[in-house]
Amino acid sequence: MAETIKLEVTRYAPERHQAPTSQSFEVPYRKDWVVLDALNYIKDNLDGSLSYRWSCRMGICGSCGMMVNGEPKLTCATFLSKYAPGPVRVEPLRYFPVVRDLIIEMTDFMAKLRSVKPWIIREEEKPLSEGEYLQTPEQLDTYKQFSMCINCMLCYAACPVYGLDPLFSGPAAIALAQRYNLDSRDQGAEERMGILSQHAGIWGCTFVGECTRVCPKHVDPAGAIQQYKLTAAKEWFKSLLMPWGAK
Amino acid sequence: MDISSHDVLIIGGGGAGLRAAIAVAEVNPRLNVAVISKVYPMRSHTVSAEGGAAAVIKTGDTLDDHAYDTISGGDWLCDQDAVEAFVQEAPEELLRLEHWGCPWSRDPDGHIAVRAFGGMKKERTWFAADKTGFHMLHTLFQTTLKYTAIARYDEWFVTKLLVDDNRVQGVVAIEIMSGKIQAITAKAVILCTGGCGRVFPFTTNANIKNGDGMALAYRAGAPLKDMEFVQYHPTGLPFTGILITEAARAEGGYMLNKDGYRYLQDYNLGTPQPKPVLRSMELGPRDRLCQAFVKEMEKGRTIKGPYGDVVHLDVRHLGEKLINTKLPFVRELCLKYQNIDPVKELIPVRPVVHYMMGGVSTNIHGATPLAGLYAAGEVACVSINGANRLGSNSLPELLVFGARAGRAAAEFASTQKESNGIILSQALDETKRVEAQFLEKTGGRERIATLREEMQKAMENGAGIYRTHSSLAEAAAKLRELQERFPSITLDDRSRTFNTELTAAVELGFMLDVGEAIVQSALHRTESRGAHQRTDYPKRDDEKFLAHTLIYRNADGSTHGDYLPVTITRWPPGERVYGQPAQAAQAKGG
Repeated sequence: MAETIKLEVTRYAPERHQAPTSQSFEVPYRKDWVVLDALNYIKDNLDGSLSYRWSCRMGICGSCGMMVNGEPKLTCATFLSKYAPGPVRVEPLRYFPVVRDLIIEMTDFMAKLRSVKPWIIREEEKPLSEGEYLQTPEQLDTYKQFSMCINCMLCYAACPVYGLDPLFSGPAAIALAQRYNLDSRDQGAEERMGILSQHAGIWGCTFVGECTRVCPKHVDPAGAIQQYKLTAAKEWFKSLLMPWGAK
Repeated sequence: MDISSHDVLIIGGGGAGLRAAIAVAEVNPRLNVAVISKVYPMRSHTVSAEGGAAAVIKTGDTLDDHAYDTISGGDWLCDQDAVEAFVQEAPEELLRLEHWGCPWSRDPDGHIAVRAFGGMKKERTWFAADKTGFHMLHTLFQTTLKYTAIARYDEWFVTKLLVDDNRVQGVVAIEIMSGKIQAITAKAVILCTGGCGRVFPFTTNANIKNGDGMALAYRAGAPLKDMEFVQYHPTGLPFTGILITEAARAEGGYMLNKDGYRYLQDYNLGTPQPKPVLRSMELGPRDRLCQAFVKEMEKGRTIKGPYGDVVHLDVRHLGEKLINTKLPFVRELCLKYQNIDPVKELIPVRPVVHYMMGGVSTNIHGATPLAGLYAAGEVACVSINGANRLGSNSLPELLVFGARAGRAAAEFASTQKESNGIILSQALDETKRVEAQFLEKTGGRERIATLREEMQKAMENGAGIYRTHSSLAEAAAKLRELQERFPSITLDDRSRTFNTELTAAVELGFMLDVGEAIVQSALHRTESRGAHQRTDYPKRDDEKFLAHTLIYRNADGSTHGDYLPVTITRWPPGERVYGQPAQAAQAKGG
């Protein structure tokens, strides 16, 4: 008899269930299997109705974020062996509405990403014929880290502020704004500042740093939020000292 | 039934689809353009491309050099007019992406950095560390967000193209979240759905790569071209198929057999040097490296692993510092998914299916022979890739031909009228088919996963790295059997809400059709060229086969084939040589 491990998986279908429940599955235990491999085993062999998102199985598409034993994780990058002898509790990402089983609703997250204007903003576009904008490796390094976000939303599932205040732009969106603000090719920082400081959420962040701790790509959204608060505070202070209308 | 309408509808939100969408919006801002994708666009498989994107930008490199490398690498099956357009437009497309914010790696003076890549004689591969596809996709996606003209259908799954009056007029699609099935009409449709690696058991391709667009076009009557040319990548991790980028070899990694011997020297790929030499040894073309693996396996010189035979990729001598700066993703992947540290340990690798040279037949503008239908990216076959694609050509291809298809579709849509009513009755029929065949069917007993595994095994055994008439005939028979069993599959899931078993069932149907096109095309090409190696016909045969295979599906489900001449402009067919003969030929001015 091969070794097995128990998975306790959230089940929910709105047509049939009033609220999410948990179902247990016994799956083979293999050292090189990640939690996602176990879910695939269930879907292929035990119950084809189990629903979850996944695609690349190499930690880059950002689809397969779930709560594993209460922690937000990319299930493709989380070995079963970490939880041996089990059981392993697999639930949908926290703080998001649940659609079905392990699938959450992410339209709000998508709207937040768009709201920070995550594209290069310039007063004047240089024509292509003039070649590239020069950017030294040092200039690249200033924003590189914030460009590594795969939109997996683990940071939202870890963020106590987002849990209390759904209007909060949240760690990934702020990090993305900062990614463009710090890019030497961009001139849109002021425009984005206006958007982000509209809502009080950013001041609610007490730098718990949970978002940075759970980030699978070492983006450090908490760092981005702190940088942002500092700039915003400076702007506010400047506005007190400057005469009306001046910048 | 709900209906929505657009001028241009793009199926697929990866690199090609997003580039096409921007092209449409820029050509004619009055056009109503939409991107429909079964996943959120930033999940698309472009995200996984690691190594880089080729385009001539440095002095000392020329467009002709890039064209020649592409054409010789493709074993003279590339259409040379398409290659010339491609190498010409690739630099401006990559530059455009730079202007949109792509974090390309830089030289110390701030200019774009380039590096060497397998099969390329000059250093011309732009890269963004080793997450090039990721950065390209996110840059494109974020840039599309500023275009209010681009609508999106995220997590919608297309089951059928609507064709009437010999013109594609829209699609039927399932909104996965709600299960609603509806028609979306359009004056032009662009397929940008990528490849079909999941037809095979070991593949670098993501779970979503099921040949959807190829099957949609094939079923609608458009021909698929050169489907027998399936590229294996020589260095995938066993079980997961995770790709270890060619950059690991470009930086100086060695391929070793079980005796620790650099076995590629036995296969006319040059002699071992301590430093990497372009187009030689480990930097030879992918198909030749994969073929060498099979020969080593036959000689019993590979290593037996839990998922079959492997060889070793050794980067230990490069040192921790270089690995961390040049190949951080390689190290991350090995540590996270294989529990191996390449700084200290050998990486077990095997050939894995990576890319489809073939696809929906298009002309140089991305137009298929079916009016109103366009295709770009891996789903399409223009063909710039011929019998074997060179590494770092697929990313610029997405941009160049995504933009071309976008512009052509925009122009076509501007001259067309709204779709007609017949389309709606077709859409209603398709809705009923999906419901009857999957959601409401009772009494079936086949499992999706069983059929899928049998298909993958049949493809690997019959249409893998080496093929023969009998191996292909056996695969064809097995696929026919699976087609017959397919109507008996049964779903555990009858919910309308996010039913991923329903989409997996439709995908399996797509893959069976695409698998059939691959096997039939391979059966009829009785020669060896590039990625298509027939041990019963080991020679290239330019007299009979300097031609593209076209395969059509007849109304009764049978197939018929045809051949299309290859366009030769300036480079007459020659031998593909690598290693020392190539260096000697070059010294002679060849």
